[in-house]
Amino acid sequence: MTSECRHPFYRYLLRRYLWGSLLLLSMFPLLTPLTATAEYGDVVLNKRAEKAGMRPVIFPHWFHRIRFRCRVCHTEVGFEMRAGSNNILMSDIIDGRFCGMCHNNKIAWGPQNCQLCHSGLPGLESGVRGGATTGGPGKW
Amino acid sequence: MKHRIYKLLLAMLMGSFLVACSEPGPTGSTVPTVATRSDALLAGPERWKTIIADKLHDPTGPGAQQLQNPAEALFYLPSAFSGNYVRWVEAIEEGYINPRPSILDNNYEMQVLDLDVIRTRTADMPMVLFPHRKHTEWLECSNCHEWLFKSRRGATRFGMFDVLNGEYCGRCHGAVAFPLVECFYCHSVRRSDLKKPVTELEMHK
Repeated sequence: MTSECRHPFYRYLLRRYLWGSLLLLSMFPLLTPLTATAEYGDVVLNKRAEKAGMRPVIFPHWFHRIRFRCRVCHTEVGFEMRAGSNNILMSDIIDGRFCGMCHNNKIAWGPQNCQLCHSGLPGLESGVRGGATTGGPGKW
Repeated sequence: MKHRIYKLLLAMLMGSFLVACSEPGPTGSTVPTVATRSDALLAGPERWKTIIADKLHDPTGPGAQQLQNPAEALFYLPSAFSGNYVRWVEAIEEGYINPRPSILDNNYEMQVLDLDVIRTRTADMPMVLFPHRKHTEWLECSNCHEWLFKSRRGATRFGMFDVLNGEYCGRCHGAVAFPLVECFYCHSVRRSDLKKPVTELEMHK
């Protein structure tokens, strides 16, 4: 590597492009726009909420995984690991299914606190938000 | 002197071009976008968006004012450069958090399995090491087996395309678990590091 760098051609390349490339690299993080806004793992649930006149539901994974392991919701409560595949009605939650297994005023706030879950901006589409997303037919 | 200014201008032009390329497509576009967050380089609690400013919660609604901001909790956990900026497995292993393993059974304990699986057919990339231990601290067997991954080695065939499309590992990685920008978290076993060449899926430990 070092012997290659001593060659006049490589030294010329280095002299010519070193500062430009360093400048470019240093500017890149500063200029990168704030593309991600939601927190990583936030899920928007808006299959029914807005049609029924409520704000969309924002489910924060980060908040829940500090307090519960994945298996609690994805085995005991029975949420499938695919946004959109869980058909949740508000009546289920009031009857103690799905979210209602914890959101029952015993473990977490009860379903009478509408605004705490239904807190999203109107017009949001359902799906997983925040950070790195993937594209393609299996997109969430 | 003049050519230095030109160089500077060229660098700025190229920089802005790169920025334009890195911007994600419109919603619903099929082009894979890897969102880059300039706040990843910040060290303090300002890395995390507040609930009011995250463009997801309605700041005019009554609920957004009452919810916990991510920085209030995540700032105190082991930090990473992507995702939630948290190393979640380390947070459990080092005792920063102890999430409840069950809401039905107070005596339930996680069934941790210490078994590493190496997936060898990764072309030019280092081989993938799958640590059961880190996964079973969060999940139980039935979350992945047998419906998504077969327990027999070599029985589940999938590639990086499936993962990028949100199947197999991509069910969690890319949505909730660490994102797919962290190639070498999974592709962590270089072939040159192994004493004998591995020709098929091999388990150890």
